[in-house]
Amino acid sequence: MNSRSVEILVGVFMALFFVAMAFLVFKASNLTSLSGAKGYELSAYFENIGGLRERAPVTAGGVRVGQVSQIEYDGETFQAKVTLTIDEQYNAFPEDTTASIYTAGLLGEQYIGLEPGAEDEVLMPEDEITLTQSALVLERLIGQVLLNR
Amino acid sequence: MVDLLQRFGRGWIGAFERFGRATLFLLQVIIGLPSLFGRGFLLVKQLYSTGVMTLLIILVSGLFVGMVLALQGYNSLVRFSAEEALGQFVALVLFRELAPVLTALLFAGRAGSAMTSEIGLMKATEQLAGLEMMAVDPYKRVYAPRLLAAFIAVPALTAMFGAVAILGGHLVGVEMLGVDAGAYWSQMQSEVSFRHDVLSGMLKALVFGFVICWIAIFEGADCIPTSEGVSSATTRTVVYSSLAVLGLDFVLTALMF
Repeated sequence: MNSRSVEILVGVFMALFFVAMAFLVFKASNLTSLSGAKGYELSAYFENIGGLRERAPVTAGGVRVGQVSQIEYDGETFQAKVTLTIDEQYNAFPEDTTASIYTAGLLGEQYIGLEPGAEDEVLMPEDEITLTQSALVLERLIGQVLLNR
Repeated sequence: MVDLLQRFGRGWIGAFERFGRATLFLLQVIIGLPSLFGRGFLLVKQLYSTGVMTLLIILVSGLFVGMVLALQGYNSLVRFSAEEALGQFVALVLFRELAPVLTALLFAGRAGSAMTSEIGLMKATEQLAGLEMMAVDPYKRVYAPRLLAAFIAVPALTAMFGAVAILGGHLVGVEMLGVDAGAYWSQMQSEVSFRHDVLSGMLKALVFGFVICWIAIFEGADCIPTSEGVSSATTRTVVYSSLAVLGLDFVLTALMF
């Protein structure tokens, strides 16, 4: 094996490595979490967030417009404070937009749906969404059905 | 009884002594690493004998592992009519565990054993002593290129293993069993995070490559320079590096996920 063919084969080997990495990056995973999701932040207070997790999608009209970037418990208002990161291109949500926590499918993961209102004023970065609707907790619902019978 | 205790203690002292020697050896190899700048041909030659020669077995086993995963995963998922999650299942299992671990085990068997027996034979035929006579430092000339080559080759092979296995899973899951192709890819893309899953797997592969190569070159350099000595050193390389890979895998998994 002369050194020329050794070098060629090593070149092929490294090229295959880069092809495989490109495949893993673009075809088999999502890189958006690495870039840190460019956009602006909105906050919303919920009575109960159910099973909502960080990095859950935020949708408007069923289209993904951002993601949940932070969830914390506010000890003063006794509510859950959810920070949403919305993509920069969607910067004109009316001030009376409603944020609700929905479940994808019957037992699927939970996400936040935004329903735009009718105000002319738009939500600016760091604003708070005041109209919120908490997650539907299945146990509570079953309990209510049993009590109302 | 006391004799038994003494033998037990002697075994442990021997093990620690050997570990200390291995650590000192590794330090000297690492000191020799910078001398590789400007002598890339040594690295290329080692990349050929470790990486390229291991490529075929990695690609073939990757393909079959992906196919088996898809088949097994499908049979379990279809009961919950969740077979759309097959892509996500295959990709997560591969990136987090199977690709780094299986690649490392195959690498230890294929390249690690070859490295040990080559260095052991060099020692047995006094080639290493000859190099030192000519004022050529074997740490820089023989060991350092091998360490760096394994450091590059194992993550590279892991990436290829993962890519081929996902294609194998696609072959069985989508082409044979009829999972929707769009669901296969989109579930995978939405649930597999590049940083948490793919890069963590790559980090595992880096650690494994480093440890395997350390064991392989140390066993080669430390072997008894006879034919039996070389053969038992080769066996030890495969056994120790397999155990090290599996043990470290647990520790790394506990730390990462």
